Amino acid sequence: MDRRNFFKASLGGAVASAAAVASTVAHARPNLEPAPEAIGMLYDATLCVGCKACVSKCKQVNGMPPVPMDGNTYADFALDLSAQTLNVIKVHSDGKGAVKDALADGFCFEKRSCMHCVDPGCVSVCPVQALTRHPKTGIVSYNSDVCIGCRTCMTGCPYNVPQYDYNNAFGKIHKCQMCNQKGVERIDQGMMTGCAEACPTGATLFGTRTALLEEAKRRMALKPGDIYHYPRGDIRKPDSYHEKAVPQYQPTVWGEKEAGGTNVMHLSAVPYDKLGMPPLGERSFASISEGVQSTLYSYLALPAIALGGFTWLVKRNTEDDKKGGAE
Amino acid sequence: MKKNPDVAIDDPTDFSAVERRLGVSRRTFLKFCTGIAASFGLGTNAAMAMAKAIADPMRPPVIWLHGQECTGPTESLLRSEQPSFEHLILDLISLDYHQTLDAGAGHRVEEIKREAMQKYKGKYLLVVEGAIPLAQNGIFCKIGGQTMMDATREAAEGAAAIVAFGSCASWGGVQSASPNPTGATGAPQFLKDKAVVTIPGCPPNPANFLGTVLYFVTYGKLPPIDEKGRPKWAYGRLIHENCYRRPHFDAGRFATQFGDEGHRQGWCLYKLGCKGPETYNNCPSLEYNNVGGGVWPIGVGHPCFGCSEQGTGFNKPMFSLAEVKTHTPPNVFPSISDRQNPTSSTIVAAAAVAGAAVGALLGATVATGKKLDGKQETGQSGDKGA
Amino acid sequence: MNHHYQALDNRPLFTPFFLTMVAIAALGVVFLSIRFVSGIGSVTNLNGGYAWGIWVVYDIVVGTALGCGGYALAVTVYLFNKGKYHPLIRPALATSLLGYGFAAFGAFVDMGRYWNAYNMFLPWQVNPHSVMLEVGLCVATYILVLVIEFSPTVLEWLRKQTGWQIQADAWRSRLDKALFFFIALGILLPTMHQSSLGSFLIAMGWKVHPLWQTLHIQPLLAVLSAFTMGFAIVIFEGSLLTTGFKRHPETHLFSGLGRIIMGLIAAFLVIRFAYLAVAGKLGALFAFDLGSLMFWIETALFAYPLVVLASPRARENGKQLLYAAVSMILAGSLYRFDAFLVTFNPGTGYSYFPALPEVIVTVSMIAAEIALFLFIVKTFPVLPREDHAAA
Repeated sequence: MDRRNFFKASLGGAVASAAAVASTVAHARPNLEPAPEAIGMLYDATLCVGCKACVSKCKQVNGMPPVPMDGNTYADFALDLSAQTLNVIKVHSDGKGAVKDALADGFCFEKRSCMHCVDPGCVSVCPVQALTRHPKTGIVSYNSDVCIGCRTCMTGCPYNVPQYDYNNAFGKIHKCQMCNQKGVERIDQGMMTGCAEACPTGATLFGTRTALLEEAKRRMALKPGDIYHYPRGDIRKPDSYHEKAVPQYQPTVWGEKEAGGTNVMHLSAVPYDKLGMPPLGERSFASISEGVQSTLYSYLALPAIALGGFTWLVKRNTEDDKKGGAE
Repeated sequence: MKKNPDVAIDDPTDFSAVERRLGVSRRTFLKFCTGIAASFGLGTNAAMAMAKAIADPMRPPVIWLHGQECTGPTESLLRSEQPSFEHLILDLISLDYHQTLDAGAGHRVEEIKREAMQKYKGKYLLVVEGAIPLAQNGIFCKIGGQTMMDATREAAEGAAAIVAFGSCASWGGVQSASPNPTGATGAPQFLKDKAVVTIPGCPPNPANFLGTVLYFVTYGKLPPIDEKGRPKWAYGRLIHENCYRRPHFDAGRFATQFGDEGHRQGWCLYKLGCKGPETYNNCPSLEYNNVGGGVWPIGVGHPCFGCSEQGTGFNKPMFSLAEVKTHTPPNVFPSISDRQNPTSSTIVAAAAVAGAAVGALLGATVATGKKLDGKQETGQSGDKGA
Repeated sequence: MNHHYQALDNRPLFTPFFLTMVAIAALGVVFLSIRFVSGIGSVTNLNGGYAWGIWVVYDIVVGTALGCGGYALAVTVYLFNKGKYHPLIRPALATSLLGYGFAAFGAFVDMGRYWNAYNMFLPWQVNPHSVMLEVGLCVATYILVLVIEFSPTVLEWLRKQTGWQIQADAWRSRLDKALFFFIALGILLPTMHQSSLGSFLIAMGWKVHPLWQTLHIQPLLAVLSAFTMGFAIVIFEGSLLTTGFKRHPETHLFSGLGRIIMGLIAAFLVIRFAYLAVAGKLGALFAFDLGSLMFWIETALFAYPLVVLASPRARENGKQLLYAAVSMILAGSLYRFDAFLVTFNPGTGYSYFPALPEVIVTVSMIAAEIALFLFIVKTFPVLPREDHAAA
């Protein structure tokens, strides 16, 4: 092959790769849709009083140990999600941090736990289906029996939810599985999640994604200052209600659309980015990544064609070599 | 500082007069003073000072006014046993005017009040019990033709100190709840230019009153107070902070209905509307009226309704959720940016090793480059020769 | 039968340098044993936000790219029929084999639940959308392919051992019939997984700095830079061998590779800047923060070979070629380090810098690679025969 052919071939390669890029853009799959009977939770930060009942209930239900601090173990000092903590209440504080839910000099609680994405990044990147989205309930669960511990789920989760137990030679990934993992199965038994059951104010409300989204919209449509009867427990059959004045909510429900939406949604009076929510558009990164992957590798068509071409070229060129007396 | 109360009891001061007056042994008397001092968080020196002050035959005169109220504070004081009310009024203070307790009545009593105010001007203690109605010039509450407004202002003029006893006197109480037709107001709001100590509660705990009065008797001034005029020793903490049901709150165990399993188990009453998390008072540690056995609202299974807290009692619905004030950041919550990071002290060494590795690469490159420069001639000549 | 290649078996293997490398490697084994007893956290600084540290980013993401010499030369020699580069291919294959072998080893060490790794090979268990699966399978298969591609070298050595000649020749002739297919496979597989190393970054989404988050063209940029790094490592390693073993320079071959590198770098830079322009991210280039600083350092390292090698005279100069190659290696490595670690930001509060044992393990793996490479070139006929190469 002379220099002209070389450049021709290079040009061909460039065109081929440009075409591949273009087709990955064109063929990218859309975001996944919510599971038909998606189970979720609605966390209303304005209702949260920071009692951490959900945190201790979570640890109790899931059999997680308290996180020590400076060697002290008399209480749970969890700072964030970890292999020992699937759910934690954190605080955003501004200035003096004196007034709850105020934008200036205020503070606001925030619950960190798995958001149970509609289009979960962790499920999309897991090589061995250790993470799966339940086809009916949309619950994202984990199977340690097949997990290889590559921790791609941790990199692929927009919320840093899955947590690997680094301090264990046989560590697992730990994440909220909506209290429905093997051995717990609260949802299957018709119960609600531990955190929603424990929550005294209904800040963590359990239910179907549809019903919770309706509830969230209902709250946001109210006039700030109006008295609203906030339900507790399961939105479909609340244990009880309590009266409270409606705060000035943010204009969006976090999790309605962000990166394809989540089954665990958040409401707040403080902008979500202040509460540590990531900068997400409506498109899920999983959908883009899978679009690229499936365009390049669907039915292994492109690799097969390429292999065919490569084989032909190599065979021809090695025969040339042989004729020339080379290896 | 000597902490042992027995040391104080060994004090050689002669308390025989007070022993006779109060009809108690010297030991019992000093124990009482030590107990009062301890409830302030004070030591034995203060207990001795208190004992000496009480032993002083000159008892401080007290003028006691009643406004809009149910006389609950006086009623609770009557049942006090630490010391008993008769000891208080007969032996600790000189109660010169008290509308409920005075045996006499009518203009004669009013005259005695004025005389006492004249005589002890700048020395007497004024206790206000009940709210002061301000609407329509205060016509809703009159004593001897004088409105509560005028009576209070007049008595406040010459008072050495003013104590508002009960929620009504402290911030208006039940009659100040919306729509408040009489304009019921607490003494501190009415007497804006005076320092008023408030002992809120409906009814207030008599111990909080007695402690404050004894402090006044002892030191001639009022104890440290917060911005609402409450003595810090009694109202410095939320009920929630010392509540014996608090562990249930922390563990997420709540009674959800009266009589349910959680309620019978003695779990936290927060979900039933307990206002302990937003009410400042010492009920969990003192309980009520020396009955013992956990007798106070939360102790008997009823949520606190915030009787002593302005804006809570009589203002918030009984079973609405309290605003939890203990949980103010940043004391107990991880901030949004806190992470569970393992800390490593080997970073510097790690950087050094990594740097050394990169350095080795670059060093090898330069060394090889130099050698190649030298070889260039021979290499090229070799090529040319080919 | 074949006199093109020779083993440097007249040189002693156990030189002080070799023994130093073995000692460093042994140190790594110590820390690795701690990892297997007390968990990954006992020797690394990994955390909830930084799930991947230098073990993944250096050992796998950079390490395999540095092992692309065999791939890059295979494309040049076999697809573009540039037979003159043939003498370079065996050392390149040896490097690739070591690079990929240690990448697989690194992946195994970093794998939190390595005993479950077989699940990646169970068709009913895998997730076909997963980039990690694709990389894992491709790397595993490619290592097999590299072994096959390298086996003629081993067979040549074997036939010289007493009593093995007939068997070695039989295997060799059988292998020769199928070798072309494996060579083709050895071109396809790196193309697939090197591009997928870029695809990892897509799924990481917002955590990847905007200047490195190029979404759809991630695979293309990754494979282009891997290619250039492959050529650069051939030049780097060849130069070191030349001076280290006092052999004749292969400058005439490297200068050709230099030209290819220039083309690839130009393509890389044009595509990258074009994407940033189209995506409206050019502003971030002048933010004067860590991201823009690292980007410009990277770009300077990419541009250095482009500028230097533009002069035909420099392309004939071994030193200039070496410097250009090292600059290219650093550029490609930094491109990966920046995207995966340096500018990677999983959210406020998270930070990562490798722990000392973590760095030692990685350094020890490099030392082991060097030691093994020396062993290979001194045992097997890998390097071109001196008189032939210089003739």
